[in-house]
Amino acid sequence: MADATQNVTLTVNGKTITAAKGTLLIEACKQNGIEIPAFCYYPGLSLQGACRMCLVEIEKMPKMQTACTTPVAEGMVVQTETEKVVQARKSTLEILLANHPLDCPVCDAGGECELQDMTYKYGAGESKFIDIKSHRDEQQWSPVIFYDRPRCILCYRCVRVCGEGMDVWALGIQNRGQGSVIAPNQGGKLDCEDCGECIDICPVGALTSSTYRYKTRPWEMTHTGTVCAHCADGCITTVGVRRSDTGSEIVRCDNRDRSGLNDDFLCGKGRFAFDFASSKERVTTPLIKRDGKFVAATWAEAVELVAARFKKAGASLGVIGSNHTTNEENYLLQKFARTVLRTNHIDHHRTADYPSFARAIASSKAQTASLKDVAAASAVLLIGGNPSEEHPFLAWQLRTAVRQHRQKIYVVNAAPIKLKKQAAHFLQVTSGKEGEFAAAFSGDAAALAHLGVDTARFDPFTAALASESSLLVVFGSELRGAGIDKLVATFAPKGAKFLCLGDYANSRGAADMGLFPDLLPGYQKAENSGLALPQMLDAAAAGTFEALWVVGANPAARHADVNAFAKPFLVVQDMFLTETAQHADVFLPASFAYEKAGTVTNTAGDLQRLKKASDVHGVKPDFEIILRIAEKMGADINALVPFRGYTSADAGQSRGPQSGEADRNAVFTEARGLEAKTSPLDPTITLEEIAQTVPGYAVSRLKLLAGEAQPTTLVQIDPAGIASHSELIVPARNGLYASGTLGGYSETLRAMGATHRAAEPVGAD
Amino acid sequence: MATLVNHPDEVKIVSRRFGQGAANIDRYLELDGYKAVQKALELGPDGIIAEMKASNLRGRGGAGFPTGLKWSFVPKESAKPKYVLCNGDESEPGTCKDRLIFEHDPHSVIEGAMIAAIAVGSHAAYIYIRGEYRYLLEIMQKAIADAYAKGFAGKNIFGSGYDLEVYWHGGAGAYEVGEESALMESLEGKRGVPRIRPPFPAVVGLWGGPTVINNAETLASVPHVLLMGGKAYAEVGVERNGGTRLFSLSGHLARPGVYELPLGYSLRKAIYEVGGGVANGRQLKAVVPGGSSTPCLKADEIDIALDFDSTMKAGTMLGSGGIVVLDDQTCIVKFALRTIQFYRHESCGWCIPCREGTDWLQKSLKRFHAGGGVAKDIDNIRYLAENMLGRTFCPLGDAAAMPILGFVKKFREEFEAHLDGRPCPFGQHDAPHALPVLSH
Repeated sequence: MADATQNVTLTVNGKTITAAKGTLLIEACKQNGIEIPAFCYYPGLSLQGACRMCLVEIEKMPKMQTACTTPVAEGMVVQTETEKVVQARKSTLEILLANHPLDCPVCDAGGECELQDMTYKYGAGESKFIDIKSHRDEQQWSPVIFYDRPRCILCYRCVRVCGEGMDVWALGIQNRGQGSVIAPNQGGKLDCEDCGECIDICPVGALTSSTYRYKTRPWEMTHTGTVCAHCADGCITTVGVRRSDTGSEIVRCDNRDRSGLNDDFLCGKGRFAFDFASSKERVTTPLIKRDGKFVAATWAEAVELVAARFKKAGASLGVIGSNHTTNEENYLLQKFARTVLRTNHIDHHRTADYPSFARAIASSKAQTASLKDVAAASAVLLIGGNPSEEHPFLAWQLRTAVRQHRQKIYVVNAAPIKLKKQAAHFLQVTSGKEGEFAAAFSGDAAALAHLGVDTARFDPFTAALASESSLLVVFGSELRGAGIDKLVATFAPKGAKFLCLGDYANSRGAADMGLFPDLLPGYQKAENSGLALPQMLDAAAAGTFEALWVVGANPAARHADVNAFAKPFLVVQDMFLTETAQHADVFLPASFAYEKAGTVTNTAGDLQRLKKASDVHGVKPDFEIILRIAEKMGADINALVPFRGYTSADAGQSRGPQSGEADRNAVFTEARGLEAKTSPLDPTITLEEIAQTVPGYAVSRLKLLAGEAQPTTLVQIDPAGIASHSELIVPARNGLYASGTLGGYSETLRAMGATHRAAEPVGAD
Repeated sequence: MATLVNHPDEVKIVSRRFGQGAANIDRYLELDGYKAVQKALELGPDGIIAEMKASNLRGRGGAGFPTGLKWSFVPKESAKPKYVLCNGDESEPGTCKDRLIFEHDPHSVIEGAMIAAIAVGSHAAYIYIRGEYRYLLEIMQKAIADAYAKGFAGKNIFGSGYDLEVYWHGGAGAYEVGEESALMESLEGKRGVPRIRPPFPAVVGLWGGPTVINNAETLASVPHVLLMGGKAYAEVGVERNGGTRLFSLSGHLARPGVYELPLGYSLRKAIYEVGGGVANGRQLKAVVPGGSSTPCLKADEIDIALDFDSTMKAGTMLGSGGIVVLDDQTCIVKFALRTIQFYRHESCGWCIPCREGTDWLQKSLKRFHAGGGVAKDIDNIRYLAENMLGRTFCPLGDAAAMPILGFVKKFREEFEAHLDGRPCPFGQHDAPHALPVLSH
């Protein structure tokens, strides 16, 4: 372990460098711009010393040493590129390549292969060997994971990331010597989560995925780093896209460039469940229902019809927003509802009690935690939730922190969740009573009784917890209303930071942007409350509502009464003809998250940029759809989106402002304090308005544009008037193989679920 | 059961109880058994280590590290339990000495391990026996049970107040596990793959505790060192090479067998006098002096003393004391192929140079010996071996590379004689139809 308080000085290739005591030589060199090649060494995983590529010469040592296992020492004199060293690397590559199939022209990793790169630098120009290569046939280990043994160089990265990183331990080594193979530990199939980390970490093309293999060459893709569309952790994913006859096709998602707070982590959903974007079931043209049947329409026809009916409905209209749409879209949607339609009947599917969280934080002047804080925390109290299933990246961070700096996790849960294994202390409590832990911790005997824990178990847990000098409190949707208030009030005086777990990519953003009948953006109390989602649907079923507008949601999946959707004039913006959309009078095909720009807020309040990665012909971002409806209704577009530089409200072409060109332009203009000429279709303008009107959202826009997650805060909001509506919280409980309605359209995700899970509840937003 | 051999030049110390029924604990006691461990309890750790250092006893497994020095590396204070581990995974081709000790004198190993434990303050000793030595494991199991029955092992040994548990463990059949860190992995129930070193076992060993690992012959010698006194033991051998070794003489000899000779004994005499010379009236071509991993010596290079330093000076190693004699009718290429077949089979596969290097050496040599050799093969074989040497994760890679290098360097003309489709001069071709179609 590196000790940052003590430095040692050493000489590498004649250059004097310093590094913290205990740093591995390979890392010390990397920090000083000296690259030492390695296959088996991987930061954060256990050391192997197996590939022998990092051999270096160290003075006073007779043999070359592996830089990946040698800690720096005072006065050490190292040579990393001598003739001897280079020859060792070259010969190692020669014998590796001797058995390697050299099928680079068709290999997935061709062009992105560490063996290719290493060979390019150190390899021999000709092969010395004339004997026949050993061969084994390719194997399929899971719906998504394939193993090509001859390409494997046995670096054991996959084995380690699966075991040490994921705590799944599905991979091992079989046989010995030249017969060694990587193999699933349980028979011929992987008993795992199909996270695909093994594929990503593979330096060569030995592990490949069903979603990507033999589809493209790496250089034929364009790569865009955007925010994952699935759970609420907000991992950055680099979306690889290639052109297709329908615009472009997403062929890969990973984060090998380590561009986000998730470093190189992605779960199976984030990595593989993107195929629904190019699903055959996707609707890419507006549809108008005539005589009970959908008929294709032009955007102009559809928008005109919607505008006319909305105008007629006025305030007799319910608006249901989304957990997936961007902050700008959500903000615009509620602004449009409130200022143009003049209604507060707006809500969304709530998966966590963010309003109560905001109230508790603001009342106690407590700190919210960024997801970045999780890895660094010395102790974490986790009440409720099941991160391993619902927040894979959070679980990864917790496991990593336990492994690497002995973070202490205190788990309070009704079930022995998987993280119990990493927990320093585990307390199983009565289901539904998790919210009473804080009261019991404060000495409330009745609360303790409700928890169903005897003092013999409770006291050691709380004594250890109380001794922690700094604490990160993470809690799931089991905690609501007063439970959250009590929790925050109990631990805030100790300087704790808090993190509330919701379920979808922009659940937190939807709440922060005021998709509530009673709360405006920033949880400011609305003058008159509209109807909440269940009441809205009841009203619609009763025929009270003239129209219902569903933007990126599928309430019919959870609401039994079809009259709620059949009776009013129903407008649905979505990608698919969902249970809700089946009833639509007008269906407007919307862009997927990877097809538009904007921002989303993860469950920890980290604001990140969504960048347009791909394109599908015919669809439009919700932002544009909302604006075009408003325009057609004759609303003041400039009041909705205070764009600058144009003389008219002509929305113009949509592609430009949504493209990467606009993103780059925005960075340029922001950095120079320039005011850009902006289009009303550019959500950046709305982001500016959000920064001014939503407390806690005034983040560095330059850093945000540059790709750094910006933590927002809740502490400045006004807690007065925030009411708790615990009964409206319906957790999605998606798990690893479901992702709401959209996930249901992913064939890959369905296949993964069918393999690893008997049944998974699907049917939420 | 192996047949025992004798020669007047032998100095029987480790083998003094061979053939005398000493596997029986009562017989062992009649032959001075368990006296040394009681002496050790009186001497205490510092006294034992002083005797061991004076004895110049060096590790009999092959590396020849001074035993007393090794024991002195174990920290006196340790938060984790300390262990003694007997390496009885004798697998080096040409070596068959430990099996005789286990068969004829198992208690000497137990006693030696106990003395080592007392010396380093350990309360648990493990005796690991090669998987294929199943019949010897039974002898060892009985010996340990007998020692417990007499109160020599377990709680309060010999009424000294010192607790010392002795355990046996049978391997699963891997040469690699003879490497001390792989041995620990195997004992812990993991794959037999070596560990990263440092840390060395004396500091971080079995289950993380400081661990002394000694070869079975080394431990069997330890009671004799204490009974004779370190100085007297040292005087049996030569400078810096104390005592005797069990030399396994095999190959084309008139009288093969395991002989105990003092260190520093002449290799020539070992072959021509002790071993009875080359069998069937043939001439000596080469000798492998210390187990299959040591570079061979040609017939004119055998005037050297059998001790660690002299063999090193001669460009080879004393190794495990397995002396393999090759007569003039032996095909060196075939011998090289047989040698590499062993190492390829036994490579654990952990690191690239050993896993791939042994494989390509075998592929090349197999084709070469079968008559499919091309001129560049000879240099390629040498290149492969040279590039394994000193670069592998553990010494197995060196063990595979060193003999091959020796063969190519010293018998290049024999390799050349196989070229251009010529039949093996010694008439031991493999089936030519097994050859792949190759382009030059």
